[in-house]
Amino acid sequence: MYAHPFSYHRAGSLLEASKLLEQLGEEARPIAGGQSLIPLMKMRMARPSALVDINFIPGLNEIRRSDGQLRLGALARHADIEASDAASSIPIVHDCAAGIADVQVRNQGTIGGSLAEADPGGDWGAVLLALDTSVRCSRPSGERTIALDDFFKDAYTTVLGHDELISEVIVKQPVKNSGGAYLAFKRSAPVYATASAAVQLTLGDNDTCKDVRIVLGCVGLTAIRAKEAEKTLRGKQLEEKRIANAVEAVRAAAEPHDDMRGSADYKRVLIAALVKRAIGMAVRRARGEQVEVGHEYVGR
Amino acid sequence: MSDAEKVLVRVRVNGEPREALVEPRTLLVELLREHFNLTGTHIGCDTTYCGACTVLLNGRTIKSCTVFAPMAEGGEIITVEGLSKNGELHPVQQAFAECHGLQCGFCTPGLLLSTVHLLSKTPKPSEKEIRKGIAGNTCRCTGYQNILKAVRAAAAEMEKC
Repeated sequence: MYAHPFSYHRAGSLLEASKLLEQLGEEARPIAGGQSLIPLMKMRMARPSALVDINFIPGLNEIRRSDGQLRLGALARHADIEASDAASSIPIVHDCAAGIADVQVRNQGTIGGSLAEADPGGDWGAVLLALDTSVRCSRPSGERTIALDDFFKDAYTTVLGHDELISEVIVKQPVKNSGGAYLAFKRSAPVYATASAAVQLTLGDNDTCKDVRIVLGCVGLTAIRAKEAEKTLRGKQLEEKRIANAVEAVRAAAEPHDDMRGSADYKRVLIAALVKRAIGMAVRRARGEQVEVGHEYVGR
Repeated sequence: MSDAEKVLVRVRVNGEPREALVEPRTLLVELLREHFNLTGTHIGCDTTYCGACTVLLNGRTIKSCTVFAPMAEGGEIITVEGLSKNGELHPVQQAFAECHGLQCGFCTPGLLLSTVHLLSKTPKPSEKEIRKGIAGNTCRCTGYQNILKAVRAAAAEMEKC
């Protein structure tokens, strides 16, 4: 399948890329790994007139820890993150990277591209919203750092300006006694998940839930923070009844649509089950237990 | 499209320098098949699902139907044609032949490259690592059992070398 014709421009730096986007106009788009954009272009659902290739910009794929933060360069490939010791310091970051699509897509797709594309089926949005994440962006007029909570506007739409590019994703290291779980349920490895749940919580004394974030993926136009569900648990003892109430709140917060992956009703049932399991696993991890969590599909 | 708007792509394919002047929308798999006449890399689904078009780009497997050719500029590409050396099958190819790890053979080039990549990173893969390593390659004939056998056999054979 052929994409609509476009002109191709290779950028040597972020500044050059921004300037090219500005010159080439509104129909130009940046391309990183291309694992979301290229399929959309081949299906003619995206028809950019020009592509600015940022893959050749040096130094943009670094992954490091500093000052209580995990810093991921925009061009860090999912496979780089999967293999990174620094990134494994936050288990749900590792689990997410290790389960996105398949080996080939993880070798090519980037974290910056995934966030900027803002596909409703993407994995990173849900996981990173469960953490304290910000996105560093640059354009010729200057730099800014945007909290991820303010980043997504709609499906395939972010607050990024036309000539603005993500340079780095910054995740605050969770505090002690924290644990998280990301569960994405999909039919097979290469497809987008039917639904996914990211839970990150911190335990206080006597199994109280000191803090918690619950994020729902693939059941809305963007990943959804289930704030009512979080409120049900925050500062409370993690009793079965209370978890059941939180799960009920999750069902209400989800905004799924019928599609080839399942009906809206099915997805509501699924997301509730995923969140329930993710809470259990996050608690066990917060207690220091080794628990294997990740994407789930047949034949895994 | 005029030549001026085309892009010169220079890569090394199976160790040989190759170049072509192509429309930017040319996919890497089309560069290999149409411009370099290397038709061992197959186009299956053409939608980033099946993995028939898998090749190694700079030591990593990618789906060549989901990379525009200019994005591979300067890259080192290995296709199925580059696996055998001096008329001898690569141990992974030998294992697939001996274990009946293929029937129609359409998915095989991609599975061979995915296996080569898996074993280069994980010489002694667990069952789970094998399944995860080839999860991006779809086979509609075998039911995968003999493919799994072939990957195990290749790992054992390559360990001896």
